[in-house]
Amino acid sequence: MTNSGGDAGDPGAVLAPIAIVAGHGDFAAGLISAVAQISGRGERLLAVSNREFGAGELEEVLRAASEAHPIRVLFTDLPGGSCTMAARRLLRARPDLALVTGANLATVLDYVLGAEEAGSGTVAAGVEHAVEHAVEKGRLALAAVFPPTAPAAPATGAPATGAAARPPALEVGGAG
Amino acid sequence: MPVELYRIDDRLIHGQVVVGWGRPLDLGFVVLVDDEVAASDWEQELYRMGVPPEMEVFFHSVDEAAAALPRYQRHARPGIVLTGDVETMRRLAAAAAAAAGRDGGHAPIRAVNLGGVHHRPGRIQRMRYVYLAPDEEAALRALARMGIAVTAQDVPSARPVPLDDVLAGRGDG
Repeated sequence: MTNSGGDAGDPGAVLAPIAIVAGHGDFAAGLISAVAQISGRGERLLAVSNREFGAGELEEVLRAASEAHPIRVLFTDLPGGSCTMAARRLLRARPDLALVTGANLATVLDYVLGAEEAGSGTVAAGVEHAVEHAVEKGRLALAAVFPPTAPAAPATGAPATGAAARPPALEVGGAG
Repeated sequence: MPVELYRIDDRLIHGQVVVGWGRPLDLGFVVLVDDEVAASDWEQELYRMGVPPEMEVFFHSVDEAAAALPRYQRHARPGIVLTGDVETMRRLAAAAAAAAGRDGGHAPIRAVNLGGVHHRPGRIQRMRYVYLAPDEEAALRALARMGIAVTAQDVPSARPVPLDDVLAGRGDG
């Protein structure tokens, strides 16, 4: 388990972790590194990897981390992954925690920044709202963008022009 | 359609199973064999939430699973049978072998995949993802004596490591 420090924000003001990011391989460390680069608040997150942990050990790691810090939220990668399963078990004993599965950078970033804007060490009062807001941000960030298809060679007559020759990029999903 | 994989994995349903194996094998169902899970609605609901909607999941004790194996071995889609520990798989294999000797409905288990047995006090590390206690090693050897090919392989793209190499600590080489 690692706690990535921020690279910006108030100098010298190291804030307590408020969420855990857990997932396969280096998913958590990589995601937290990206949060740190963008917001300077990587220290608000603890990274947990499932690498070489059995289910019981993983649950214990999450439990210990959530008890040692004012953690309110656990972000995991796959809905059926071992970190998610361990987190679900932990939630059974800790109804004050929330779990977000399928987390992406937009989700976690929104949560961390939301906590900063709330101006408190935790988002205790509005944790549910903050989580729902972050989930919506993450959902909106997911989109597929395809390049426009190459214009077809003109048959006979005038060359093809405009939208008929080059359709706009196709997006599936929304803007982030 | 046969059961594609009989797997020992102490994490039971998780990413490697539902995605890592599930996608390439086009798994349509998972049979989770565990006496404790079979007796707990809460545990079953937990694991049910871990599988994608297109995949069925069934829960059985060892005895129930042994009786139901022919049904799964004739299922229209490929599937996987999962146990969380070595001894449960040994019991299941022994029950399936005994039933296969009595009737024509059961096909004996031919191969067992060692997918993940992680650290615990009393276990010795044999591979990156395989730690075994002496009684677990004995149970694996018992499976091999039944004519079952036991190999360690966490994901489909990895090389299957024969049991002898696992127990000799040569699996990660």
